Amino acid sequence: MREQQSAVRFTRVSMQFSGVLANDNVTLDIHSGEVFALVGENGAGKSTLMNILYGLHTPTAGDVYVRGKRVERYSPAGAITMGVGMVHQHFMLVPSFTVAQNIVLSREPKRRGLLYDFKKAEETVHALVNEYGLSVDPGARVSQLGLGLQQRVEILKTLHRGADILILDEPTAVLTPQETDDLFAVIRRIVQEKGMTVILITHKLYEVMALSDRVGVMRGGRLVGLEETKNVNERMLASMMTGSEMPPGQFAREGSAGDTAVEVLGLQTLNDRGLPAVKGVSFSIRRGEILGVAGIEGNGQSELVEAIAGLRPLRGGEVRIRGQRINGLLPGEIRGLGLAHVPEDRRLTGASLQADVTDNLLAGRQREKRFAVGRIHRKRGAARQYAEKLFRAFDIRGAGVDAPAGSLSGGNLQKVVVAREFSFDAPVFLISQPTRGVDIGAARSIHQSIVDKRNAGAAVLLVSADLDEVFQLSDRIITMYEGRITGEFTAGSIEKAEIGYYMTGDRIARHHSGEEAL
Amino acid sequence: MSDIFTIALLQNTLRTATPIILAGLGVLMTDHVGIMNIGMDGMMLTGAFFAVVGSFYLGSWLGGIAAALLAGVLLGLFFGVFVIKLGSDEFIIGVALNIFAGGLTVYLLRTIFGVKGAFSDPAIVPLPRFVWPWLEGIPVIGPLLSGNTLLVYVSWALVLVCWLVIYRTPLGFWLRAAGEHPLSLRSAGISPERMKYLASLLCGVFAGLAGAHLSLGYLTMFTENMSAARGFIAVACVIFGAGSPPRVFLAALLFGFIDALGLRLQSANVNSNLTAMAPYLVTVVMMAVLVVRTEARKKRQIQTR
Repeated sequence: MREQQSAVRFTRVSMQFSGVLANDNVTLDIHSGEVFALVGENGAGKSTLMNILYGLHTPTAGDVYVRGKRVERYSPAGAITMGVGMVHQHFMLVPSFTVAQNIVLSREPKRRGLLYDFKKAEETVHALVNEYGLSVDPGARVSQLGLGLQQRVEILKTLHRGADILILDEPTAVLTPQETDDLFAVIRRIVQEKGMTVILITHKLYEVMALSDRVGVMRGGRLVGLEETKNVNERMLASMMTGSEMPPGQFAREGSAGDTAVEVLGLQTLNDRGLPAVKGVSFSIRRGEILGVAGIEGNGQSELVEAIAGLRPLRGGEVRIRGQRINGLLPGEIRGLGLAHVPEDRRLTGASLQADVTDNLLAGRQREKRFAVGRIHRKRGAARQYAEKLFRAFDIRGAGVDAPAGSLSGGNLQKVVVAREFSFDAPVFLISQPTRGVDIGAARSIHQSIVDKRNAGAAVLLVSADLDEVFQLSDRIITMYEGRITGEFTAGSIEKAEIGYYMTGDRIARHHSGEEAL
Repeated sequence: MSDIFTIALLQNTLRTATPIILAGLGVLMTDHVGIMNIGMDGMMLTGAFFAVVGSFYLGSWLGGIAAALLAGVLLGLFFGVFVIKLGSDEFIIGVALNIFAGGLTVYLLRTIFGVKGAFSDPAIVPLPRFVWPWLEGIPVIGPLLSGNTLLVYVSWALVLVCWLVIYRTPLGFWLRAAGEHPLSLRSAGISPERMKYLASLLCGVFAGLAGAHLSLGYLTMFTENMSAARGFIAVACVIFGAGSPPRVFLAALLFGFIDALGLRLQSANVNSNLTAMAPYLVTVVMMAVLVVRTEARKKRQIQTR
């Protein structure tokens, strides 16, 4: 707490979207020169509150003051004038423009009164880069930059617009650990050296602890906690977010593994660019067993899952599901053999964003007798009832089953995909990144569902970039590196710290233990 | 062969390419803000009709151009209100515009001039023609550059102006941002809708000019359906040219050349029904490409939302 001057003040702010109260009477003071973390589960209303501050929404009730001045008209242009900048979760960058062109967008330097002065734009950005130590090439095209650098461009953009209050909406969701460290260093620097105020929206609690001075907790649209970070710990925050004390979980495992349900032998497949992605992978999964795949993303895990699901042609080897060879079968036929699949990208492959929630929950069952007469007539009523049952059972939050799936937040969309796939009594589950971008409460319930399936005798292949998840759930773990399996371990036989070596290929050459598969 | 490939062929190429160039620049404007305007054909046709009305009643070609521009701008606004404000499907509104223009011009032709099919009258003042005798002495280039009507030269200048505006001014960057990533423009404090309206209006301006050239520069008369799907060919040129004005210009010249060649081949006893097909055949292929591309773009936009 360097100073107690107010940077932003919300007084009794409420925001109503068609039927949903996204913000409920929020009063909050954010001090000048602090890092303020705003935490809460998906749909808790933190992004809405910040979108109001950035002028994207006009609150239905209440007022916002920026540096003591009341906001009269809510618009991004107005927010920019008041010194508020926002880095959105989805970047606001024009891919075909250069870094400099994106940063000066709407305030381009001109020469001869009319023409765009490209040189001056690059010089301006260069000066900005030097001033804040955020190195990025002003002349590079944004479409060619990685996400970490794109985010840097976003931050530079807000700085260029003269922002001294910076809102970061889940800034680390798309970053690698290295990029996250860089970002944190940048945030500390601009707060300490430039006296900026940073508001961090997140649901990763360790980030709150590492970075913030104060933390506000939102739940169900309301501000339910406001603390100095040094006075709280992750556990306290988690219980405030969910409204209940949540022990970090061990799951009850029941029953023992049965017969082999999935056999993968020497599987090979190519990635989208036509290069070998999986180079001869073999493993088997038994009934009542979760096999976790640990690895840094991009080492063939995605392609492996797609190949098993029938979404990617096999280049070699074979896959047997319950003894049945699936090579060359269509995804639908493979599903018919008893496979359910939660794909890693819910927006691209997991759900149809234009279709409503009902259709998404029903997909795969639309031809069942209770939902259709013949192949033509659909029983909308029955479908809707069924969807509403799942909607409630999985605690999906949104405008209801008639809304397009694209209108749901990421976490709730994931619940739709999980709800649909888990509604099948399949003996085999392929699950990819089940809790990516999903809040703690929902993640926990998804984890419980996975373990329940296992206890009921399903064979589960779990691929996740989240090591904690892999360790928490798996009975056995294999590590993948560059398209090959580099290690195989039973649960509890290896530490998280050690498995990193296998994920980076350090121990391929060495023979480790008898349990190693290849 | 020698009576097919003559200077007249190239002259015809320029003449037939001009309305396509102008219409192409209009389509290109909306293309850059992410809207595909297949209503260009109808906008052109309406422009052509009102150019004749303006020229006939005001007794000057300037009046003709003014009337054509007014009609074009009004239709551009109409298109904009439906597509941008009301969120209608751009293809459906485009088709509606084409049908509307066809009916409107036929109806007005009968009620205003009391004729069917075509209207020509000595009182219609054509666009001025520029002849420079000193230029005509130069072989090939001379006869091509000299002796054209006003809008031919204007269209060449506009290609350059459009290129400058789109790629070398802040306004052009705003237009392109509105089409490629509207949210980033909005978060920069500029309304993408305003850019889209601007592009729709400019599209109307170009449609008006293209129409005026058809009825006052090319011929001095209005005939029913005289745009003859040139608006669609312009759309194809924009796809061909990937949105760059000079490339759209070259694509329009190519279509003009195919068109002109068809006319010449008729005199060489090739069946005219066959030769007349050529430009449209190319257009059909390009339109198929267009629909596939636009659908893909929409999908991308949904995914990045």
